[in-house]
Amino acid sequence: MAVEPKKHAMPVQDPKERARNFSEVALGYSPSVAVAEASRCLNCKNRPCVQGCPVNISIPEFISKVKESDFEGAYRIISQSSSLPAVCGRVCPQETQCESKCTLGIKFEPVAIGRLERFVADYHNANFKGEPELPEQNGKKVAVVGSGPSGLTCAGDLAKKGYKVTVFEALHLAGGVLVYGIPEFRLPKNIVEKEVEALKKYGVEVQTNVVIGKTLTVDELFEQGYQAVFIGSGAGLPRFMGIAGESLKGVYSANEFLTRANLMKAYSPQSRTPIMHAKRVAVVGGGNVAMDAARTALRLGAEAVRIIYRRSMDELPARKEEVEHAEEEGVIFDLLRNPVEILGYSNPEDRRDPLNGFVTGIKVIKCELGAPDEKGRRRPVEVAGSEYIVDTDCVIIAIGTAPNPLIKNTTAGLEVGKHGGIVVEESTGKTSKEGVYAGGDAVTGAATVILAMGAGKTAAKAIDEYLSDKVCKKGK
Amino acid sequence: MYKIISKRRLNPTVTMMDIEAPLVAKKAQAGQFIILRVDDDGERMPLTVAGCDRAAGTVKIIFQIVGGTTIRLNAKNEGECISDFVGPLGCPTKTDGIKKVCIVGGGVGCAIALPVAQRFKELGATVHSIIGFRNKDLLILEEEFAACSDSLTVMTDDGSYGRQGVVTAPLKEQIERGENFDEIITIGPLIMMKFVVATAKPYGVPVTVSMNPIMIDGTGMCGGCRLTVDGKTKFACVDGPDFNGYEVDFDEAMSRSSMYAQFEQREREESCKLFSREAK
Repeated sequence: MAVEPKKHAMPVQDPKERARNFSEVALGYSPSVAVAEASRCLNCKNRPCVQGCPVNISIPEFISKVKESDFEGAYRIISQSSSLPAVCGRVCPQETQCESKCTLGIKFEPVAIGRLERFVADYHNANFKGEPELPEQNGKKVAVVGSGPSGLTCAGDLAKKGYKVTVFEALHLAGGVLVYGIPEFRLPKNIVEKEVEALKKYGVEVQTNVVIGKTLTVDELFEQGYQAVFIGSGAGLPRFMGIAGESLKGVYSANEFLTRANLMKAYSPQSRTPIMHAKRVAVVGGGNVAMDAARTALRLGAEAVRIIYRRSMDELPARKEEVEHAEEEGVIFDLLRNPVEILGYSNPEDRRDPLNGFVTGIKVIKCELGAPDEKGRRRPVEVAGSEYIVDTDCVIIAIGTAPNPLIKNTTAGLEVGKHGGIVVEESTGKTSKEGVYAGGDAVTGAATVILAMGAGKTAAKAIDEYLSDKVCKKGK
Repeated sequence: MYKIISKRRLNPTVTMMDIEAPLVAKKAQAGQFIILRVDDDGERMPLTVAGCDRAAGTVKIIFQIVGGTTIRLNAKNEGECISDFVGPLGCPTKTDGIKKVCIVGGGVGCAIALPVAQRFKELGATVHSIIGFRNKDLLILEEEFAACSDSLTVMTDDGSYGRQGVVTAPLKEQIERGENFDEIITIGPLIMMKFVVATAKPYGVPVTVSMNPIMIDGTGMCGGCRLTVDGKTKFACVDGPDFNGYEVDFDEAMSRSSMYAQFEQREREESCKLFSREAK
């Protein structure tokens, strides 16, 4: 039987329409399309896709179940490795992970693993009515700091092994970057809520409004009887460029802009949190966060939204599908441009002019690609004298974050690197402090959801070994 | 949910509440702040801690009824709850090595200045307090300040109570007559703090200012509370809220604080309408 050369397309909302609403862009496979797509899998012997997955989901096995229309069976296989399948199916960069390794991908398009994962998780969430089988409790307590992807994964894995896990969240809502960062149209918040609810069914307790490093310290968690602590406190302070005009009104960090729109739902008339509804928006940066900010700005009613990125399309670090969706929705890509200065309005005649101090434009300089840097990416070189001004009412800076300082400042014996990330042993997530493990952006600086999940998983395994070992030693 | 244990009106526009939040009460120190949300659609509002009762597990907040959120908060009564209350955030006010201090508070900023004054008194420092209000009706916490200050000067803009004039006048007099303050700590409107710094400058007295910029998470994530301090970008939520007054760019901070002026105006009007309807 000849193999279908292309992935089955996933229906999406019309670009013109969706650029003006916050509903999810991609609509997901139907059961029949999922079965047809699953049938493209060659079920090859060496299973390269599994190696491409940071949490090593048994991909061919779950796809086989889909092929047999046993969607619950497929879910059970995925959930052995992943605590957040509905999230990963939507936000993982599959094209550089599992799908990049797919044998079918050598000649044709790879199997749409991400779309299948999403289908299976959504099917389960919509149809499964039973209660999960609860593991026997082992009486040991673990504290997890932060309820983002690394924390939820670590909590889920440990709870499934019988640990009593408490997750401490600084904000008023659980989910971390999944609720404050990634927009509704890419990852609906009710999906995150369902994944958190699923963990609670396993006995995970979530305490919101507790800032570890302030409300409680890591040492106090041990005093309270927690035997191990996982730190997944995520990204911290946004980076700025250090150019003139960054403090003008209308300049946001992507974190602030997205937090207002997502966590605080500033797009909704019911929300009490304000956000700027600018007509012209410039987003600086080329990652997923930049795409999210640009597409959110469109949905808030902007007429012209541009991405300003200093390299070319080939180097753009965002997930491919997000770039395509952004282009379809009309986001303009000003590539090979670097911001030099942000310009603001100032009325020398009237100090009380309400427009004073608001952004009016951004001055950029053209770049060319030079020799590759140490990471092998071609370095942008500014073209002298090529500056020009782009008119804009709002500038959103999405050039990354530095790790959060709150925990390192209040935890003696916790070693951090020169960029502020917590230093860990990569194979275990173990930090320099006894019983303390860490993972996700708190360690690596800004990275992806799935890498954070991988780190949470690694740490859960190491914590389990550490605490099992400790009991054995005590027993002797 | 966090219960309102007591509520007291300090003046027609300023309310004091004790909120049940044992974890925060256990840790909070003078100069730190909390973030609250009144209800589920509410914004996250930072408020500096005005005191706490560690035994009772309550935290004192004092707020001016200025906009949508504070109107909603003020509508809550004793025994009712608010959705969220998190803290203590930010760094406590530094007290090391300060033997003689001048506390300069303006308006509702006095609510935050009070625990700082009390803390210095506890530590055995000499405390001079200067508190200023627009008029007599807006005066708050006079007795409390008197109890923890070696000298207290009350100023009103219109002379309806205490001395007439701005807080910088008695500050200048005290410095000139040789009160050798180790530190001046000022909390109040940005424009007042700017002038306190300008007043102290010729005499080289160190000034600490307490900044209260627009903020969302309050934990060093969003970057909305950034200020330019000594030419560098600083974040009030994790680096502050106290800063060296000589290094803060006040003009920029004042400009940034008006970012949502229009929205706030609309919110205020809507909230007023809402509550007047409910009252009928």
